[in-house]
Amino acid sequence: MKYFGLVWKNVWRKKIRTSLTLLSVFVAFLLFALLSAIGYAFKGGEDVADAERLIVIDKVSLINPLPQAYRNRIASTPGVHSVAHASWFGGFYQEPRNQFGQFPTNPYEYFSMYPELKMPQEQLDAWAKNRQGAVVGREIADQFNIKVGDRIPIQATIWTKSDGSRTWEFDIEGIFETDDPRGSTAFMLFQHDYFEEARAFAKGTVGWYVLRVEPGADPVEVSNAIDLQFANSPNETETSTEAAFAQSFAKQFGNIALIVTLILGAVFFTLLLVSGNTMSQSVRERISELAVLKTLGFSDRSVLGVVLSESILIMLMGGLLGLGVGWVLVQGAAQAMGAFLPGIYLSPQSILIAIAVMIGAGIVAGVFPALKAMRLSIIDALARA
Amino acid sequence: MSEVLATLSGVSKTYQKGKEKVEVLHNLDLEIAGGDFIAVMGPSGSGKTTLLNLLGGLDTPTAGTVRVGDSELSSMSNSQLSRWRSTNIGFIFQFYNLLPVLTAQKNVELPLLLTDFSGAERAKRAAIALDIVGLADRAKHYPRELSGGQEQRVAIARAIVSDPTLLLCDEPTGDLDRETADEILKLLQILNREHGKTIIMVTHDAQAAEYANHTLHCDKGTLEAREAT
Amino acid sequence: MNTIKQIIAVTLLNLRNLPQRIGSSTVAVVGVGAVVLVFAAVLSMATGLERTMLSAGSDDTAVIMRSGSTSELNSGLSNDQTLIIANAPGVLRDGDNPIISAELYVVTDVKKRSSQTDANVPFRGVQAGAFAVRKNVSISDGRMFEPGKNEIVVGRAAQSEFVGLDVGETIRFGQTEWTIVGTFDAGGSVSESELWTDVRVLQAAYRRGNSFQSVRVRLESPESIEVLRQTLEDDPRIDPDVLTEREYYSTQSEGLVKFIKLIGYPLTILMAIGAIFGALNSMYSSVSVRGKEIATLRALGFGPTAIMVSTVVESVFLALAGGILGGLLAFLVFNGFQVSTLNGPSFSQVVFDFAVTPELLIQGMQAALIIGVVGGFFPAIRAARLPVALALREL
Repeated sequence: MKYFGLVWKNVWRKKIRTSLTLLSVFVAFLLFALLSAIGYAFKGGEDVADAERLIVIDKVSLINPLPQAYRNRIASTPGVHSVAHASWFGGFYQEPRNQFGQFPTNPYEYFSMYPELKMPQEQLDAWAKNRQGAVVGREIADQFNIKVGDRIPIQATIWTKSDGSRTWEFDIEGIFETDDPRGSTAFMLFQHDYFEEARAFAKGTVGWYVLRVEPGADPVEVSNAIDLQFANSPNETETSTEAAFAQSFAKQFGNIALIVTLILGAVFFTLLLVSGNTMSQSVRERISELAVLKTLGFSDRSVLGVVLSESILIMLMGGLLGLGVGWVLVQGAAQAMGAFLPGIYLSPQSILIAIAVMIGAGIVAGVFPALKAMRLSIIDALARA
Repeated sequence: MSEVLATLSGVSKTYQKGKEKVEVLHNLDLEIAGGDFIAVMGPSGSGKTTLLNLLGGLDTPTAGTVRVGDSELSSMSNSQLSRWRSTNIGFIFQFYNLLPVLTAQKNVELPLLLTDFSGAERAKRAAIALDIVGLADRAKHYPRELSGGQEQRVAIARAIVSDPTLLLCDEPTGDLDRETADEILKLLQILNREHGKTIIMVTHDAQAAEYANHTLHCDKGTLEAREAT
Repeated sequence: MNTIKQIIAVTLLNLRNLPQRIGSSTVAVVGVGAVVLVFAAVLSMATGLERTMLSAGSDDTAVIMRSGSTSELNSGLSNDQTLIIANAPGVLRDGDNPIISAELYVVTDVKKRSSQTDANVPFRGVQAGAFAVRKNVSISDGRMFEPGKNEIVVGRAAQSEFVGLDVGETIRFGQTEWTIVGTFDAGGSVSESELWTDVRVLQAAYRRGNSFQSVRVRLESPESIEVLRQTLEDDPRIDPDVLTEREYYSTQSEGLVKFIKLIGYPLTILMAIGAIFGALNSMYSSVSVRGKEIATLRALGFGPTAIMVSTVVESVFLALAGGILGGLLAFLVFNGFQVSTLNGPSFSQVVFDFAVTPELLIQGMQAALIIGVVGGFFPAIRAARLPVALALREL
């Protein structure tokens, strides 16, 4: 647009003032990016949950195990396509603070159930053949420098072995990744058979079941059918979709979304004050210049447009830079702290919201000065000079 | 002299100053011929600036009509007046009023942003205007790098770049020393005699008024003609 | 006039005509206010959590679990092992009876009032000595449960945070119904987030046979933990971790507290940097608005030091005003506000209050001070260097 040159020059009228305002905008949107990403992590993977996968847990408490015997009854429930199971191992690697998820399960069943997990077939086969084998996600491998072929010890906090020790050793047979940037690979999988054989207690149980419904089957109906089977038994079940499960878990942390919104609210309120002040000073200083534009024939509306464009441009420049740096930091954090805060991710929706906020904030910060510029009387303005 | 370019008929202008009403112009009639160079003199508050503002469509009369060319200004809306101004009027102010953030060239191009000319076309016309005022070599300089006289010349180039019929000057030499003022006034004369621009110049400097073809005296809201010697 | 007098005179003049620069001054105040507000609000979560968890911890009580357990939930002790502990030296006795409570807890689902969704709530089975091994625990409403019955007493905090836990109500976990017969108060500590019943009834309901997870004993003295630990560790029949209750709770809360601080401090620093930019902006504008005034003062003979100091003082004044505003707002809005969240190690909800403490407010004011000094420093230099002649010419 041909007015861009004028808008650009006006923006940089007072270099220090504009730079400082830009830096304030930068910080605000950097915070936006980081807090959105953290807030996303607290959603517990709700967005990547598969609509056709259901989780079956003990109705009384998530931590109560379910009998292994339930497996066949679940598998033969109408509408169930395939079943897998897993359990919570809850150990740590080398130091107690290095806690991440380790899940004993059946290799082929698990990878069929979770097709978004990608691992070379040879690695999967090698794992299936090795009772004491295990596979780790890319985030774990990177964070702890674990390679295929390593033999790693995991200290159990719950599960003592029948020989009394609590050190479980595993051969790493593979490393899996996910192509969905929102999904987490901050966990390890090993063989349920080894778990069952070596553990000292709770034999014959699993932590939970995962199942896939037949295409076209109604997840709600299938859930109810499963739970009905085990109603009034010593281990009643509760079946829900993966998304609902993740959501209920995330909700336990409290209303993180609200906290993030409140903090960002305070940040952006301040930002609007800073930019609004900058814009109004900028207009006040050049009343005569704006009057001259009008004498040259620039319409009132075009003067409004020039001022608003300046305000929006400042927001976009600082904001895009802040988002960009924020994005880089989130990528880094996901790599370095994947085990600590899985699922930290700057979603496309957040980015779009950020850009909308940039434009909106630019308008709000600039609207009063812009209206003032639009309405100024040429004669009064020039007489003042 | 050619035909009549602008006419003021029965023009009065009253301002509200607090509780008082101040009548600045009283039942004024004026005819301006195309190609003329008129100086308007008078004490402060006599309404000479108001006269310029009315001719330039920056202000509307409380009574009477203002006609410039084919346009009846008193009946035009704000946006119509803006558009009309961009092609018909060139303003020159006592304090130049250049945009400090733009170079001389970009300042001169400013009125052309309101046209459909391409970037290259605008640059070309601006260069021509700067050449006419003798500042082609200062095109890339910012106003703060120019002397008062040079700034005023850039302002004049800006005023003529869209080829307007009427140039309105409000104390154009008020802030300049004698020598520089003479240069500017000579330039205005050239624009009038060689380029056919009609110029109305408000001034309180009798020596400046001598450069014009004739002088009008504005006092207590009325005009009297007194011939230049 | 000597320098000190000059400084005072110029500073007073500066502050007196502050209202002329109300726009940019407000920006500086609000900017700092927001930083202190967010800082105090976020970190008061950590403080509140710590306070809740640590106030439960006493040095007179020892908590014994199976070694290597990161929390009670992961631990397991047999009945025999609890008897070994009961007979060990260092345990305070009431006559012949050791003051001891062997306990077990499970995680149950109860709806949170705030979100109306289910949350994990700790359901603890205790022995008769449960009140005696803890400090400050007493029944505040209703009565204690009767041993052998499906009766529960609920902690005061749990009662207000979750649905359906009022005295007289019944609640169903799995296939068993329980009646709530009383409320207990534990001085605001983490125990108040729990539901308690007779351990034998809990064991039966959850089919835990005769196993426990932890044993709490009252110590003869804080130092006797050593002899207790030594005796138990030497005993081949038991493989224990022996901690004072204070140590235990500190490890339990560590993770979450650290996490909140890990988010809170960097967040505050980033916001403070933003506030510094805002303050710099305001102060530069203040200096330019005061240009003529400064030039006049210089022309009259006031030295550059006085000009500089007055600028920094203005900046600090605005920042502290903002800090007080933000801190006050944080205190009024957040202090004492009850929330609950999931604590990793216990895998259940811990209920706590936001605690906006004097220490936090002082830290906030320190941050405000730093912002004020940095935000005023560079503009102060510019003010002192203002070319007098140039500024005066604009008069």
